[in-house]
Amino acid sequence: MNTALSWIKAYVPELACTDQEYMDAMTLSGTKVEGYRRLDRNLEKIVVGQIEKIEKHPDADKLIVCQVNIGSGVIQIVTGAPNVKEGDKIPVVLDGGRVAGGHDGGPLPEEGIPIKAGRLRGVESNGMMCSIEELGSDRNMYPEAPEMGIYVFQKDVEVGSDAVEALGMRDTVFEYEITSNRVDCYSVIGIAREAAATFRKPFCPPRVEVKENAEKVEDYISVEVQDEELCPRYCARVCTNIKIGPSPEWMQRRLAASGIRPINNLVDITNYVMEEYGQPMHAFDLDTIAGHKIIVRRAKDGDVFRTLDGQDRKLDSDVLMICDAEKEVGIAGIMGGENSMITDSVKTVLFEAATFNGANIRKSARRIGLRTDASGKFEKGLDPHNAEAAINRACQLIEELGCGEVVGGMVDACAGMKEPVVLPFEPDSYNRLLGTEVSKEEMLDIFKMIEVAYDPAKNTLTMPTFRQDLLRQCDIAEEVARFYGYDRIPTTLPRGEAVGRLSFKLRIERKARDIAEYCGFSQGMCYSFESPKVFDRLLLDADDPARAAITIANPLGEDFSIMRTLPLNGMLTSLATNYNRRNKEVRLYELGNIYIPKSLPLTELPDERMQFTLGMYGDCDFFTMKGVVEEFFDSIGMRKKAVYDPKAGKNFLHPGRQANILYEGVVLGYLGEVHPEVCDNYNLKTRAYVAVLDMPSVMPFATFDRKYEGIAKYPAVSRDISMVVPRDVMAGQIEAVIEQRGGKILENYQLFDIYEGDQIKEGFKSVAYSITFRAKDRTLEETDISGAMRKILNGLEGMGIELRS
Amino acid sequence: MKEKLEQIRAEALKQIEASDALEKLNEVRVNFLGKKGELTAVMKSMKDVAPEDRPKFGQLVNETRSEIERVLEASVKKMERSAREAKLKKEVIDVTLPAKRNKVGHRHPNTIALEEVERIFTGMGYEVVEGPEVERDYYNFEALNIPADHPAKDEQDTFYISGDILLRTQTSSTQVHEMEKGRLPIRMIAPGRVFRSDEVDATHSPSFHQIEGLVIDKNITFADLKGTLAQFAKELFGEDTKVKFRPHHFPFTEPSAEMDVTCFKCGGAGCRFCKGEGWIEILGCGMVHPHVLEMSGIDPEQYTGFAFGVGLERIALLKYEIDDMRLLYENDIRFLKQF
Repeated sequence: MNTALSWIKAYVPELACTDQEYMDAMTLSGTKVEGYRRLDRNLEKIVVGQIEKIEKHPDADKLIVCQVNIGSGVIQIVTGAPNVKEGDKIPVVLDGGRVAGGHDGGPLPEEGIPIKAGRLRGVESNGMMCSIEELGSDRNMYPEAPEMGIYVFQKDVEVGSDAVEALGMRDTVFEYEITSNRVDCYSVIGIAREAAATFRKPFCPPRVEVKENAEKVEDYISVEVQDEELCPRYCARVCTNIKIGPSPEWMQRRLAASGIRPINNLVDITNYVMEEYGQPMHAFDLDTIAGHKIIVRRAKDGDVFRTLDGQDRKLDSDVLMICDAEKEVGIAGIMGGENSMITDSVKTVLFEAATFNGANIRKSARRIGLRTDASGKFEKGLDPHNAEAAINRACQLIEELGCGEVVGGMVDACAGMKEPVVLPFEPDSYNRLLGTEVSKEEMLDIFKMIEVAYDPAKNTLTMPTFRQDLLRQCDIAEEVARFYGYDRIPTTLPRGEAVGRLSFKLRIERKARDIAEYCGFSQGMCYSFESPKVFDRLLLDADDPARAAITIANPLGEDFSIMRTLPLNGMLTSLATNYNRRNKEVRLYELGNIYIPKSLPLTELPDERMQFTLGMYGDCDFFTMKGVVEEFFDSIGMRKKAVYDPKAGKNFLHPGRQANILYEGVVLGYLGEVHPEVCDNYNLKTRAYVAVLDMPSVMPFATFDRKYEGIAKYPAVSRDISMVVPRDVMAGQIEAVIEQRGGKILENYQLFDIYEGDQIKEGFKSVAYSITFRAKDRTLEETDISGAMRKILNGLEGMGIELRS
Repeated sequence: MKEKLEQIRAEALKQIEASDALEKLNEVRVNFLGKKGELTAVMKSMKDVAPEDRPKFGQLVNETRSEIERVLEASVKKMERSAREAKLKKEVIDVTLPAKRNKVGHRHPNTIALEEVERIFTGMGYEVVEGPEVERDYYNFEALNIPADHPAKDEQDTFYISGDILLRTQTSSTQVHEMEKGRLPIRMIAPGRVFRSDEVDATHSPSFHQIEGLVIDKNITFADLKGTLAQFAKELFGEDTKVKFRPHHFPFTEPSAEMDVTCFKCGGAGCRFCKGEGWIEILGCGMVHPHVLEMSGIDPEQYTGFAFGVGLERIALLKYEIDDMRLLYENDIRFLKQF
């Protein structure tokens, strides 16, 4: 909301502060000022001048030479403006002065434009006559200004006086950000009341007295509200003998400062009252209202109605309509109809000031796709008392400004108004909540300023009806805090002991981050939603359960339309982004949820599973990735041997380079090289490796407990074995035999050579292990070792493995 | 014999003097002092010496031996030292050659900021908890005093799934879960991902992160809220940071406030970074609305509390001077490496 400070000052006449002080104080008391704009910014040495004489420029056809009286004397000014004539009063910037902008409008330069005396085509010019654009404004705010050329005063102004003042530009426009609970502050009066309370100055709202003629409104109009829930109050008044013309300058200026273009007296009065009271009003041409009757009812499904902007609007039975005896004439609270529109030939005006159900207006405006200034106010839920105040104010202005006569009385269809909220006055409880020691007297002073009435007999507080946000004691406490000053409330810390902690899950995740980073992986973050197309990109089978993803009903386009069931799309996209930006050697990890529905469509909340995803390309291979997985397991106390099952069945991974990761028989995740076709689908033209660990599966095996097992005192003995192994026997199978058969004294084993080629027969490979034995309590005897080795060797021979000498 | 010894001594010292390698010194040792060495031979000829002269002769031999040994030892030491010096001289490296680094990865700026916040609040006794990202309307809105027709529901541009299930728009939903557990007092922060249907641009993302804070206990005051958050701001942005509380409105707190901190670039004097204001808006907060307590089964007559919500990206962007939010989700390694 934008409002000129002069309008606020009209109701808080004693307000005296700088613009910055006003902004800071209002913001600290809860009426947030986003910023302000001084209308006289960069306007220096500008006076009212009167053109006494115009002559042609001797050397330029398009220039004229003017003798201008500036009060203190007559100066010569050369101009190219086409619109001035002798006798015109115009704003003149003198030598050494400054204007805000250029004559063609456009963005205003930060420092304005300095004006100096000089010569134009050889003729002396001692200043400049100004257009409205040069004064930093435009024809929206000053409709009387010519399209091209110098601004000419239409009213009588004193020659030599301050032209900026005469134009009403000694003013500042403040932009407020009003919170949604303060409906009353979407109005000049509301803000002025807050300003008065903030600066502790008297608040003087307009005095509304309507001079009526002898006629009775009931002879002109009747009102029937058929749906009182959607329309708790409908006030109607009638004005006759309407004379359309321009509104007075002060009204135009105030509207213009608020960003509303002045049009004519009738429209301007309606807009003015909407700004002033926050109550939207509508004016009908009474002669278009059939039967001189207003009926407020719901529309019928499928009705079509043409609003005054000429558009046809489709309606339904939840849309409230304003109708006459025969037809619909307006969409309640949103926009009037073309069929009852005010024209310049209007004779009699019917004013409507009503209160509509805010939620209904909001929903209707959204369904119809038409949000207006009026609906924006109604949807916040207005105070029914305000409707009457506003319509009377409008009628007062009609009469005072000579726009017409006001017919006596008001038709008031009112379903009864809510009782004001009354609460006991509990100063101690406010102080207890705030941690303050504000005196009872200071509180009562504050209440007086914001029109909360105190009844000393009952010790109660009665909320004003315009403050629909004051419902409970905590709301009162906030009022005390606001005007006592948030900055004056002390700062303390909660008392009592408390122990901070991280959950086990979060500790494991921190460990995952540490290990990934030690291993060279940097942390990425990916979106939780993605396109359903990713499943094809990842080559998932048509019946893959991962395709059962949660769909967002109102997504930001298809690319963000499902909740991911796999973490790979984000990882592969990120790797591809890096690859295509020519980043070499990239290692990324992500810790983020996937969302697994229990059934679709969703009736229960889905299973949110934290995934630890690693991805890389560059100088690395499958076993680099395997190493990271094992470092992680080791760091969270998973010291047993993980098992890798090549039958992972992942279509998106290389068929010969993938494995499920098992720990104690449970699948915790998988790793592998990304399938080349998938790489192509992501435009990733290199080998890439990924690993995914399902953290909820990992967690039960993780522990931070550690036990010292002592450092071996007795010597270890190593034996090397070298064997020729059928090609399809995997190292893991050999190791399983060593582990099973090595007995208690088996300490360790290490693959140290693996070879296929010339010396080895077709279909076989050569494999060599070093096996280490040790006992905790003694030095091993040769018989211990040979016994264990014999068992191992027997086991291996059973697998078609030949020992090499 | 004496002449003989003197001759041996002179010869030995001469040979030591002439040795230019450790091996040669060793030869000298063997030749003169070894089992078959010359001095040993002299010793063996002791039997030819008259018995009364033997002690004197023995002493003479020993003196000769120890002198040769001493000179030999000194020479060995000297030679070893110069050999080591020569070796060290040969081993000089160019210490300005590049380091061999372990290429440790980098943490996401969001996480760095989050861990800072977690460190500060766990230090003040807060528990870090989590709640679901796919949430029911009740927890995201209704239980936070945002009933069905409330305009605030429109403001938040919610992603809906089906029925009453939606993507949470705020981590405040986790407050409700914690309060419903009925374990009082509560001191928690709840970081997490939230979703709003904002198109992606330099300052918006349809998915971002918040950190919710909640304290509920007997006698918790607005002054406690101010004190706690002022402390937080100092720890996060530096000891000189000042805070300013402005009244605001949130449906689930009353009184409510927004907190500004002094610009950490200019210290409050006003600069381009803070658009000349000297202050930067950082979080929303307030005293938990009694109706919110009631709905979660907490008696507002006995208990009061405060809550606050911080945008994690906002902190990360401000603290690390990142000018485009999209960078946070592109995962370009050149970006991540800077943290």
